[in-house]
Amino acid sequence: MKNGANILQMKNIEKEYFGNKVLKGINLSVRAGEIHALLGENGAGKSTLMNILFGMPVIHSTGGYKGEFLIEGRKVDIKSPKDAMNEGIGMVHQEFMLVPGFTVTENIKLNREILKHNLLSRVFGENLKSLDYENMNKDARKALNTIGINIEEWATIAGMPVGYMQFVEIAREIDKSNVKLLVFDEPTAVLTESEAKTLLSAMKKLADSGIAIIFITHRLDEVMSVADSITILRDGEVVATRDKKDTNVMELAELMVGRKIERIAKSDGKRNLSKGNIMTIKNLKVQMPGEEVKGVNLEIKEGEILGIGGLAGQGKIGIANGIMGLYNSDGEVIFRGKKLKLNSPEESLNNGIAFVSEDRRGVGLLLDTSIEENITITAMQIKKKFIKNYFLFTQLSKSEMRQHSLKMIKELDIRCRGPQQVTRRLSGGNQQKVCIARALTMEPEILFVSEPTRGIDIGAKKLVLDLLLKLNREKGMTIIMTSSELGELRAICDRIAIVSEGRIEGILKPEDSDAEFGLMMAGHYSKLRNREGLEDA
Amino acid sequence: MSENTSLNLQRDKGNSLGLGGIVKKILFDNMVTILFVVLCIFGIYFSGQSLAFITGELITRIARNAFLVLSLIIPVLAGMGLNFGIVIGAMAGQIAIIAVTHWKITGIAGFLLCILISTPLAILFGYFTGRLLNKTKGQEMIASMILGFFANGLYQLLFLFFIGTIIPMKNPTLVLSGGIGIKNTIDLSGGIKYAVDGLYRMPLSLALLIISLILIVINIYKYLETKKIKRKDNEKYLFSVGASILLLILSIALMVFRTSFMFIKVPFVTILVIVAICIFNVFIVKTKLGQDFRTVGQDMHVANVSGINVDKIRVTAIIISTVLAAWGQLIFLQNIGTLNTYGSHEQVGMFAIAALLIGGASVTKATNSQAIIGIILFHTLFIVSPLAGKNLLGSAQIGEYFRVFVAYGVIGVSLGLHAFKQQIEAKNKFKSQ
Amino acid sequence: MPKKLQETINRIGIPRLIITAFFIFLCILAVLLGLPIGSLISDTLVRTGMNGVLVLAMVPGILCGIGLNFGLPLGIVCGLIGGLISIEMNLTGLKAFSVAVLISVPISAVVGYFYGMLLNKVKGSEMMVSTYVGFSAVSLMCIGWLVMPFNSPEIKWPIGKGLRTTITLTSRYAKVLDNLFSFSIGGIVFPTGLLAFFLICCFIMWRFLRSRAGIAMKAVGDNPVFASASGINVNKSRIIGTMLSTILGAVGIIAYAQSFGFYQLYQAPMMMGFAAVAAVLIGGASAKNAKISHVILGTFLFQGLLTVALPVANKIVTEGNLAEVLRIIVSNGIILYALTKVGGGGE
Repeated sequence: MKNGANILQMKNIEKEYFGNKVLKGINLSVRAGEIHALLGENGAGKSTLMNILFGMPVIHSTGGYKGEFLIEGRKVDIKSPKDAMNEGIGMVHQEFMLVPGFTVTENIKLNREILKHNLLSRVFGENLKSLDYENMNKDARKALNTIGINIEEWATIAGMPVGYMQFVEIAREIDKSNVKLLVFDEPTAVLTESEAKTLLSAMKKLADSGIAIIFITHRLDEVMSVADSITILRDGEVVATRDKKDTNVMELAELMVGRKIERIAKSDGKRNLSKGNIMTIKNLKVQMPGEEVKGVNLEIKEGEILGIGGLAGQGKIGIANGIMGLYNSDGEVIFRGKKLKLNSPEESLNNGIAFVSEDRRGVGLLLDTSIEENITITAMQIKKKFIKNYFLFTQLSKSEMRQHSLKMIKELDIRCRGPQQVTRRLSGGNQQKVCIARALTMEPEILFVSEPTRGIDIGAKKLVLDLLLKLNREKGMTIIMTSSELGELRAICDRIAIVSEGRIEGILKPEDSDAEFGLMMAGHYSKLRNREGLEDA
Repeated sequence: MSENTSLNLQRDKGNSLGLGGIVKKILFDNMVTILFVVLCIFGIYFSGQSLAFITGELITRIARNAFLVLSLIIPVLAGMGLNFGIVIGAMAGQIAIIAVTHWKITGIAGFLLCILISTPLAILFGYFTGRLLNKTKGQEMIASMILGFFANGLYQLLFLFFIGTIIPMKNPTLVLSGGIGIKNTIDLSGGIKYAVDGLYRMPLSLALLIISLILIVINIYKYLETKKIKRKDNEKYLFSVGASILLLILSIALMVFRTSFMFIKVPFVTILVIVAICIFNVFIVKTKLGQDFRTVGQDMHVANVSGINVDKIRVTAIIISTVLAAWGQLIFLQNIGTLNTYGSHEQVGMFAIAALLIGGASVTKATNSQAIIGIILFHTLFIVSPLAGKNLLGSAQIGEYFRVFVAYGVIGVSLGLHAFKQQIEAKNKFKSQ
Repeated sequence: MPKKLQETINRIGIPRLIITAFFIFLCILAVLLGLPIGSLISDTLVRTGMNGVLVLAMVPGILCGIGLNFGLPLGIVCGLIGGLISIEMNLTGLKAFSVAVLISVPISAVVGYFYGMLLNKVKGSEMMVSTYVGFSAVSLMCIGWLVMPFNSPEIKWPIGKGLRTTITLTSRYAKVLDNLFSFSIGGIVFPTGLLAFFLICCFIMWRFLRSRAGIAMKAVGDNPVFASASGINVNKSRIIGTMLSTILGAVGIIAYAQSFGFYQLYQAPMMMGFAAVAAVLIGGASAKNAKISHVILGTFLFQGLLTVALPVANKIVTEGNLAEVLRIIVSNGIILYALTKVGGGGE
C-alpha cells in the first residue's frame, strides 16, 4: 500500500449531455505513486470522466460539468487540453498520435522541439530557429530509459511493431517535464502478451518514481497484477472503490455488470426451439478494423433470438458484418445445410439473410433519398421487385413502391411526413425503423440486427425491441441481435453469446448471474474455468 | 497474440532485400526519371544537334526555370500536393514588371524594385490561396488549378479593362492604341532584360570547376558529420564525392581542350540565386517551421492534437511558395526579355510541375535535386523533340505536340499513381489493424 | 422570417444568386441599350441546345460518384472521330449526322469503359486525375490528328501532313438539327430540332435514372458502402456512369458542331469540359448531386449570360473581349465554389 499525497481529487462530478445525465456524482482520488484502475462497461462514463479531466472541447461546448476538481489539493478549472498539460496531466492514447515518417525523437518531441538560434532566426523570429537534434535525442533517450525500453531514438516509427509505438507514446508523456498524472486508456489492447508484460512493468516503474497513474482497462488479470486500488463505474455512478488486497476477479466482474434487468419477453417456457440449426458458423474470421473476428464458432437455432454481446472492440460487431460480406472474411458458414459463399453481400442477400447495420447513417441509409426508395432499393436490386420490364429495359414501378412503403410505414409506425420524405430529417428511432423495413422487404429467413437501439431515445428503444420480439414471435423469424447493452440483450434474447478477443467466450442464458456475464465479458471465463479444472484434477 | 510479433519480424525480414533486390527497388522507384533519361538520349541522338548547342540552350533554360520549379517544394512538404497556384505568384511578378516598365526604371534597380512590389502582392495572394485551400482539404490540387484559371480572369479584367478606365495610365508603349488595356506583348529590352543574367557571365568550364569543388567540400563534410553519429546510410555522400570529382575532371578537360563548349557562358548571379533558394529549402526543413510543415504534411490530425495550428501552417506554406513563384517569374522574364501580358504566366504551373515530376518527385515528396534533374530532363526534351520529330517522323509538329503530351501525361500518370497508392495503403491499413 | 431567407440563400448558394442577378441585370441593360432582343433570345436558345448534351454528360458522372467529369474531352475526341468518319464516308444531311453519332457511340463506350476502370483505381482523386486524363488525351490526339489516314480533301490540309484545324460542315450537316421544323414567332427563331434532340437526350437519361441500373448507380454515388451492403457492384456502376458520361460527351460534340458549323480539332476540346462543368453547377448541381433540371436551367442561364454579355460588353467597351473574360471568371468561380463544398473543409 502506498501512502503518497493525493495528486488528483474529483468530488461529486456531474455531467449532462442534452438533459441526459451521464455522470451522477463521481468521486475519485488518486495518490502519487499509485496505480488506480478504472473499470466499467462501455457507456459507464469512463471516457466522459477522462474528457472532463483533459478539458476536452466536447465537455465545454455542451455546458460544462458540476463538481470540484483538485490537483494536489488546489482547486483547478481545466478548460482545454493545454490547461491539462500545464497541470501535469498526460494521456497515453488508445489510437496512436504518432507521425509514421518521423523518428522516435521527433515524435517524442512533437511540437515541443528544442530550438536554437541561427543567423536567420535572429531576424525573422522564433519560427525559423533550428532544431537542436543533439539535445532532443538526449531527452528522448532519457525518457526511453525511464520506461526501460531499448529502442534506438533515431529509428523511424513506420514499420515498427505496434508495441514499440505504444512505448514511444508513453515516452512522450513522461518527457513532458512536469508530468504528475498519467492516464493509460486500454494500453494493452493492441499489444502481444510479452509486450503487455513489459508495459505493465514500465507502469510500475513509473509509479515508483512518484507519478500517479489511472489505468483504464477491462482485463481483470492485469488489474489484479498492477493496480493498487480500483474504482468501478456503472451507468455514470461509482459502484465501488476497492483496494486490490480486498477484492478478487469474481467480485470485480460482478460489480461491473450488475444491474436490474427488465425482461420484456415473457418467460412462457413453452418456446419450442428444437427445430434444429438454421445456421452454423465455423472458424469465422473477419478483418473488420477495430472489431476483428479471430475464429468464431456458433450455432444458430431456427426461430430463436440470439444475442451477441461483449465489450467494444472485441469483435462482436464483426460477426454480422462478416457474414453479410461487408468486410473481408474467411471460414465456413453453413446456412440451411448449404455452404454460404463468403465476401459477397449479394450472395448473402440472395439466400434470405438480411442485415440492419450498426452504422445507421453510414451504411444503413441513403440520407438524401426518400423513405420509399430506402425501403425498397435492396429488394429492387436483389429480388428485382418494384420493377417493370420492357424488353431490354427496366423501369421503376412507382405505384408498387408507394404501396409497399405505405404498408411498411403503417406496420412499423414510422413517424414521417410521407413516403417521399428524405431520411436525413427523421429521428434516430424512425431512421432505425426504415432500416428494419428495408431488411423486412427482403422477406428474410434470418435477420441480423446490430446495435438496434444505439443513439435512440428511451421510448423509441422499447418500441424497437418490441418490434423485434413481435417479428420473432409472430413471423417466426430467426433474429441475431448484436448489442453493447447487455440489458437489452437480456430483455429479449433466448441465448446470449459473449465475444471476447475475437472469439466466443461462452453462451449464457439471460437469467444467468451478473458475475458470469462480467467474467465472460472481461475474457476471464474460460481462463478461470480452466484453472478450476486444473485444481480439481 | 504472440503470432503478431513473429509476423512483424517476418515483415521486417522481407524488407531487407539482397543486392539484386536493392537495384530492382532503385530502378522501380525511379522509373519515371529513367524513362525520361532514355527518351532524352534518343531525342538528342535523333535531333542531330551538337552537344555544345544543347548544353548552351539547357543552361539558359535551367537559369530561367529552376527558381519556379523550386518554389513548388514547400507546399509538397506541407502535404498540400503540387501547387498549381504558383500561376498566381507569377501574376504578382508580372504586375510588378508592368508597373516598373511604366515607370521606366531599368536594369538591376528596376529588377529589385520589381521584387519589392511583387513581394507584398504575392503575400496577399498567397494568403487568400491558402485560405481557399484550407476550405478544400483533400482537393487542394484541383482547387489550386481552378483558382489559377479564376485569377487569370481577374488578371485579364485588370489589364484589359481597368487600365485606362479605372486606373489612369498614359503610356503609348504599354497601352493599346484605344487607350484602354495593356498591349499583348511588352518588350523588356532596355528595361529589365538580363538585369540579373547580365551582371556577370562566367565561362561554363570555370562554373563547373567551382560547382564541383563546392560539392566535394559539402559532401565530405556531410560524410564526416553522419559518420560521427553512426548513421549507416552515408555511403551516398562518398558516391557524390566521386561524381563531383568526375565533374571536376570534366571541367578541367573543357578548359584544356578548347572545344565549342568554351563559348558557353553561365549567368553566374542567377545561378547563385538558384543555389541560395536550394539552401533555403534545405534550411527551412531543419527549423521549427519546417518541422511543423513536415508534421502537418504527414498527418494533419496528429499535428492538430499536438497543438500545431494546422490551417496557419498551411497558409504559411502557400504564402512562401507564392512569393517564390513571383520572384521566379521575374527571373524567368528578365531572361526571356519579352512579357506576353496575357500568356506568359498561363503555362508556368503546368511546366514547372511536369519538370518536378519528371525528376522523380511525387505528390508527397519533392527535393531540390529532383527539381534540378527534372528541369534538365524536361528541357532537354523540349529542345530536341521538334528536331527529333522532324528527323524521325518527318514533322516537327509531331515533336512539338509530343512534348506537350509529355507534360500533361507525366502529371496525369503521377497523379494517378499517387491516388492508386493511397487506395492500396488505405486497404493495407485496414488489414494491419 | 430572416432565418428562412438565410436558409433559402444557403440552399441556392450565393454565387448562383449573384450569377442570376447579374444575368437579369444584363438583360435589362440589353433592353435599355436597344439591342435586338429577338435575335438575342434566338441565339440563347441555339446555344442552349448546342451545349445542352455536353452539360447533360455531367449528370451520370456526378451521380455515379466520380464527381465533376473534367475528363469530358475524352468523349469529345471520340465524337470528333465519329464526325470525321461520317465526312470521309461522303454522307450529307441528317443521315451523316446520325451515322456520326452511331459511329462515335461504340468508340466512346469502349474508351469510357477503360476510363471508368482507371477512375476506379484512383477513388478520392477522380477530379484531378480526370482533368489530366482529358488534357493528355487531347494532346495525344494532336499527334493523332497529324497522322490519321483520312483522305477527304475537306478534312486534310491541301498541302503537308495532317488534318485541318477546323473542318467546315456547311456542305455536310451544318445546322441540320437547328433548321429541322424550326419556326419563328415575332422575330424569335426556334431551333425546334436542336432543342428536341437535347430534350430527347434528357428524357432518355431521366428514364435511365429510374431503371434498376440507374437506381443502383445513384445509390453508389450517394453512399458506396450502403450500395455494396445492398449487393450492388460498386465498381461496375461507376463504370456504367463513366461510360454514359463519355458517350454523351461524344454525342454532345457532334450536336454542338452541327450547330456551330465546324469541327475544331487539336487543342480546341481542351477546356470544353470546364464549360460543361460550370453550366451544370450554375444550374444548382453539386459535385455529389445533379438533376436533369439542373442541366436545362444551368445551360440556359450560362449560355444566356454569355450571349447577352457579348453585345452589351461591346457597347460599353469596344476593345477586347469582355464577354470572354466574364466567362472565365464566372465558370471558374462557380467550380471553385462547388469545390469548397466537397470536403466541407471543417475537419
